[in-house]
Amino acid sequence: MTERRITTAAAFRATLARDLLIAYKRKNDIINPFMFFLIVATLFPIGISPDPQRLGEIAAGVLWISALLAAMLSMDNLYRADYEDGSLEQLLLSPHPLYFMVLAKNISHWLVSGLPVVLASPLIAYMLNLPTDVYFALFMTLLLGTPVLSLLGSIGVALTVGLGSRGLILAVITLPMSVPVLIAGTMAVQQTLNGAPLTAYLAILGAMLLASITLAPLASAAALRISIN
Amino acid sequence: MLTANALCCERDDRILFRHLSFELGEGEVLQVQGSNGSGKTTLLRILCGLNEGYQGAIRWYGEAIADQVENFFASLLYIGHRVGVNKVLTPLENLRWSCSLQQQVSDGAILAALAEFGLRGFEESQCFTLSAGQQQRVALARLLINPARLWILDEPFTTLDSDGVAQLENLLRQHAQSGGSVLVTTHHKLSLSPLEILSLD
Repeated sequence: MTERRITTAAAFRATLARDLLIAYKRKNDIINPFMFFLIVATLFPIGISPDPQRLGEIAAGVLWISALLAAMLSMDNLYRADYEDGSLEQLLLSPHPLYFMVLAKNISHWLVSGLPVVLASPLIAYMLNLPTDVYFALFMTLLLGTPVLSLLGSIGVALTVGLGSRGLILAVITLPMSVPVLIAGTMAVQQTLNGAPLTAYLAILGAMLLASITLAPLASAAALRISIN
Repeated sequence: MLTANALCCERDDRILFRHLSFELGEGEVLQVQGSNGSGKTTLLRILCGLNEGYQGAIRWYGEAIADQVENFFASLLYIGHRVGVNKVLTPLENLRWSCSLQQQVSDGAILAALAEFGLRGFEESQCFTLSAGQQQRVALARLLINPARLWILDEPFTTLDSDGVAQLENLLRQHAQSGGSVLVTTHHKLSLSPLEILSLD
């Protein structure tokens, strides 16, 4: 019997493939966060001022906050359906380290909700009149920063998935955790605009990403075990 | 293979059971009985390791489960009240994932198991189009694919029709005869022998 046991790598791939397939079949999981991102980013010029000069100054912050809110909106899908249909119990009972299973789900979440935002960011940056020489800085910080948002958000979702009516508790838990990423991301763009080298900020964001890849899934896994109790 | 010693569980200041001891050997079927709310599901979840709010000792082949979690999980198949079938995916896609958490599995084996459980022709339908009983059958098809030695089943008979009930009873019998063990909660009267009964009332 045991010779047909599956490797953790194969179980990881199976979980990643399943989550991507579910997202593909529920297209609104992909489209809604992205549309939300576009709409929030568009509200700022309406609410603040259509003046190109002022917009250019706040563009980086607007994009980062929109990305953060879009990640938040899609976060609940991460474990909710699995909790309700019992798949989460099966995941917890697999003989593989839960760390890798959670990581697979987080990667899938980022590919579905984070990556489209990153790819569309230069377009919104153009709309908000961000100076063209910092497009690259913006793109790179979002590329490194949005996975951190998915990984950190996962902890909050894992903690709250067992609660009947969660309401805004998820945002209250997750948004404060995202503040360091937000600071590093927007500072990087602002400082590059002032002529400072980008590499230092990318190194900080990269370090945040590595730290959250190693630690956040462990926290999510522990939180899931508590929630399912 | 599975022994529980002096299990005690308290939930919301109410004692569900105390000093509960039993032993489940190879080739045995143990039916857990009890009225609604007597803690049957809680007991099964405790034995699986999903619920940690208990006192007492659970051993797997004489060793504490905490010391050999991977080993235990590799030999365990749990089908809970919520059966673990995603509604958007098809039965084939569901089983591809849930089976591959424990073992390598070919599509052929999955299709054969689905056909055996009367789901031929439904392999590619999304699960929300299936009835509750059919979804239950999708989950139960794992019993045919998974080589796990210990089956823990929570109310597996509830949504099945009479043919399904007979088929599942047959499957439990075969599993016990080949040396596997089954722990099952049901209000249904099982026509299996030998059958051990554990009452929680």
